[in-house]
Amino acid sequence: MAERRVVVTSAVGLHARPAAVFVTAVAKAGLPVTLTRHDGRTADARSILAVVTLDVKCGDEVLLRAEGDGADAALDGLAELLANG
Amino acid sequence: MAELRGTGVGRGVAAGRVVRLPDPPRLPPETEPGSVEAERDLAVHALSEVASQLRALARPGTEAAAILEAQALMATDPALVDEVLSIVESGSGARQAIISALNGYAQGLSEAGGYLAARVADLQDIGRRAAAVCAGISLPPLPRPGHPYVLVARELAPADMAVLDDHVLALITAEGGPTSHAAILARGMGIPAVLGCAEALTLTDGQLVTVDAARGLVLLGRHVAATPGKAPSTAPGRTADGHQVLLQANIGSPEDIAAALEAGAEGVGLMRTEFCDSYAEVFQAFPGYRVTVRVFDAGSDKPLPGLSNGREPNPALGMRGVRALRANPEILDAQLRAIADAAAGASAHVWVMAPMVSHHDEAAWFARRAASHGLPTAGVMIEVPSAALTAREVLSHVHFASIGTNDLTQFTLAADRQLGALAHLQDPEHPAVLHLIAQVCQAGAALARPVGVCGEAAADPRLACLLVGLGVTSLSMAPGAIAEVREELLRYTLDQCRAMARSTLE
Repeated sequence: MAERRVVVTSAVGLHARPAAVFVTAVAKAGLPVTLTRHDGRTADARSILAVVTLDVKCGDEVLLRAEGDGADAALDGLAELLANG
Repeated sequence: MAELRGTGVGRGVAAGRVVRLPDPPRLPPETEPGSVEAERDLAVHALSEVASQLRALARPGTEAAAILEAQALMATDPALVDEVLSIVESGSGARQAIISALNGYAQGLSEAGGYLAARVADLQDIGRRAAAVCAGISLPPLPRPGHPYVLVARELAPADMAVLDDHVLALITAEGGPTSHAAILARGMGIPAVLGCAEALTLTDGQLVTVDAARGLVLLGRHVAATPGKAPSTAPGRTADGHQVLLQANIGSPEDIAAALEAGAEGVGLMRTEFCDSYAEVFQAFPGYRVTVRVFDAGSDKPLPGLSNGREPNPALGMRGVRALRANPEILDAQLRAIADAAAGASAHVWVMAPMVSHHDEAAWFARRAASHGLPTAGVMIEVPSAALTAREVLSHVHFASIGTNDLTQFTLAADRQLGALAHLQDPEHPAVLHLIAQVCQAGAALARPVGVCGEAAADPRLACLLVGLGVTSLSMAPGAIAEVREELLRYTLDQCRAMARSTLE
């Protein structure tokens, strides 16, 4: 199980364009990825509805998790997306 | 009735003839579901067809394109598709299954309120489109009358907004609020809108209306000059009851001068000199007005060779601003000489101010230096908490203060301005920052010294009113922001601004 903690820097939080970019990148990675908020609520990162409903705000720290071949590299890419707004 | 009320978006006013966006067509009643396989295929096809329709509407690189992409992703969201398919498996037709699944998500989002609740409209739009595909009906295209018009609709989905053309003068919708797509895109397009106006649907095609976004009103008839887009006022800054607030421009280069003059700037509240030494050009452009020159502020995010030490561990807290000038007084002297020479040949009132003052000694030193060069009006930037907290002492040595809210916020919250991860802490409305501003204003009032603001906070129309309520006497901002601040100030009396300020300090 690969894990990354990252702070979301997008000014609108994980909504609108940043959410779409993120979910599209998760789909490209081809692995199941989950996104967990500080309070433990978790979303399937392949679902934009689940991600948007999680309501992650600018400055929130989230935990990314993935399993399988290439999970580490995939999470590195996703973490960078979130950290760079 | 002659006026309709709703939520205004923007400050503009526009008049024109109504074009009604037709309500979506009534679909024929659902037929009996076919086999589970057939309904599964239809459901999957309908959702991916909706995603394609939405993507086809996007003009690449526009704000609308990003919103449409997010909506298209929702239509084919794996979690949504799973839900739809399991409802089909239990015997529902494709159309019914899609509507039920979307309603389930919509329920969750609307309970969350705010931004999430506004996404309900996205889901409803997906539902309408998917239902039309299932029923084999095409949705009518958006009207394109070929002349300027005011668009009136029950609500506007992202897809509708994406195809609006340049002829739209204003928007009126029956549904929607400040975080709806219509609001976001109206602001982006710079057109006035009145949303959540229930009576909008009583308006008919061809009817002449005036949309007054500032007041959230739709008036029947034309109540504005016939040219689309009103010319902005350039009157001096005033509250509703006539209290004067100088509205000035921040200038970083001679190119900013034209925009400042066009916006009716009452002088320059901040002339940055790190990359601009065209003093004469700026002074000549504002005869009779005040031009406030900030002497070199080297260090931190503005490294200048010769004045900055590149090896500091914390440049923002380092040898910068007035400290750097004190360590290199010949640099300050050369600059003050040049400013004085340029001032001699102009009728602008040239004021000079020192950046990053943290101690009253520095204020006193700077004032003496400026006076020795024949520059009688010297002041300080207040952007360090220590200067704000000892404002009386600091102001007693100089003629004015200008509050740099950007750095003041950074230092007060101990959060680096340059880090994107800390952007949420750069909040000039944080009570701590407002208390410091209030303290500086109180010192200014007691000593009869003007206190201005030249940070980003001054350019925010609502914050600007709050600052005036705290006692700020001038606001300096990017030229493009002046018009909106001017209009917003006119909406409130000084007492109302003071009440706003009091309630945020409590």
